[in-house]
Amino acid sequence: MEAIFSIELGLLIVALALHVVVGRGTFAVIVGFVAYGLVLSLAWMGLSAPDVALTEAALGGGVTGTLLLRAHARLRGAKGDQQPVGVFGRAAALLLCGGVSACLIIVVLTLPAPAPTLAPQALSDLAATGLGNAVTAVLMVYRALDTLLEKVVLLLALIAVWSLAVDRNWGDRPMFESGRGTNGPLIFLARALIPLGVMVGIYLFWVGADDPGSAFAGGAMISAMGLLGFFAGVCAVPRVSGAWLRIALVFGIAVFLVIGLVGLAAGSGFLTYPSNFAKPVIVLIEVAMTLSIGVTLAMLVVGPPAEPSQS
Amino acid sequence: MSIATIFGICASLLIGIGLYGLIVQPHPLRKMLSFNVLGGGTFLLFGAIARRGAAAGLGGDPVPQALVITGMVVAFAATAVGIAILLRFFEETGEASLRDPMKANSKELDH
Amino acid sequence: MSAALNVFSVAAISFGAFFFLAGTIGLLRFPDTLTRLHALTKADNLGLGLIMLGLLPHVTWPFGALKFLAVWVLAMVASAGASQLVARAVRNKR
Repeated sequence: MEAIFSIELGLLIVALALHVVVGRGTFAVIVGFVAYGLVLSLAWMGLSAPDVALTEAALGGGVTGTLLLRAHARLRGAKGDQQPVGVFGRAAALLLCGGVSACLIIVVLTLPAPAPTLAPQALSDLAATGLGNAVTAVLMVYRALDTLLEKVVLLLALIAVWSLAVDRNWGDRPMFESGRGTNGPLIFLARALIPLGVMVGIYLFWVGADDPGSAFAGGAMISAMGLLGFFAGVCAVPRVSGAWLRIALVFGIAVFLVIGLVGLAAGSGFLTYPSNFAKPVIVLIEVAMTLSIGVTLAMLVVGPPAEPSQS
Repeated sequence: MSIATIFGICASLLIGIGLYGLIVQPHPLRKMLSFNVLGGGTFLLFGAIARRGAAAGLGGDPVPQALVITGMVVAFAATAVGIAILLRFFEETGEASLRDPMKANSKELDH
Repeated sequence: MSAALNVFSVAAISFGAFFFLAGTIGLLRFPDTLTRLHALTKADNLGLGLIMLGLLPHVTWPFGALKFLAVWVLAMVASAGASQLVARAVRNKR
């Protein structure tokens, strides 16, 4: 029974992907992509991975969709002929991609029969960390270095986006169009949803210690609320050179690094937590991370600083 | 046919579809969309492998799941940088194609 | 007792699914954006509400019921606001 549902879900996902890739009309395709993200999160639930489902719904469906819709709105007047790939090019690409898919399907069907897994090892040390959620333990304890480096990658991406500003605008606010302060329903939506959304975001990261949830899903939620505030005009987009913005952006990395170095100084190695005190330390890191991720993701969508005169 | 195999096959198809779109679509925004479809398929393949590693009371192997969470955030960051480059290119040249504007202008001058 | 609760859950979720189906058929068959919005809001409010009602007997602790209700209320607020925005965009385009 569950297999039939999974097959239907798989067919729906493939159909949506085909629409996104070969469909006509960029706006319809972007909306189809948001639907694709949401149906993918259903697939993740079918694969017994609720943490990933939360993150996919928040990031893949919501925030990426916002980014693409804004880009589409600004690229409306683009000229320049799009030279489509010729028939032979398409046939060659079709053969190549069909071959890639076929090889991957063969790999999937011939995976080793007792599947190698790290679940028992992940669970064996779970009690020492004080956490109840194995995925959070992997993210924050076993592979904490990966998480720290990934936060740095996010910050580097934001610096790359900022560096695309015109030189004279460096340090200004990123520009935001769309009738600031005049759209009544949008302002109502912002006032009603932002407090609740921030609370849900905090809850998502807080409950991730023992139940499904993670700092990334919570941070994505908070960034979405920030974006809603920017769109409605109830929050001003911060200046790129603002001190509070920059402190909020590096706060997560700073806390993570300081705790890691304290572990190094205490003699047990970089990013080791004290054995009886692990959970409060992890929660402290996660608080800083959620704040930083929220601010970074929102600023990534908003884009580089621009001239204020283009309203 | 187990759930992991079904989603693994679905993920392989997604990777092929996304790769086709990335190669064939001329408009850069559509290329970014196809790139994200490709990314979603890759992560789903990870998820199928994680599901096969269900043991010791857990529904799936937690290590690939944590890798996928990290990967999703990095993929979003890459998309954001790509979109920012595309928008800046559009602001400078007024067109949104990957054709080299200098070469195109010189071609028109030759005629 | 639990059999009766299961029957209630299945019935409520089936009705909710029917409303979602009706909303989707309306989305596909209605000619205009505004009429499609009308169809969608029926699906959102009634369909989601019935599904939440059907899931209420299965909460593990009482405050979980409050979480379900909060999800329903939030979805309604968000969809109502979004419908207003879409309708406004349609009117501005005319």
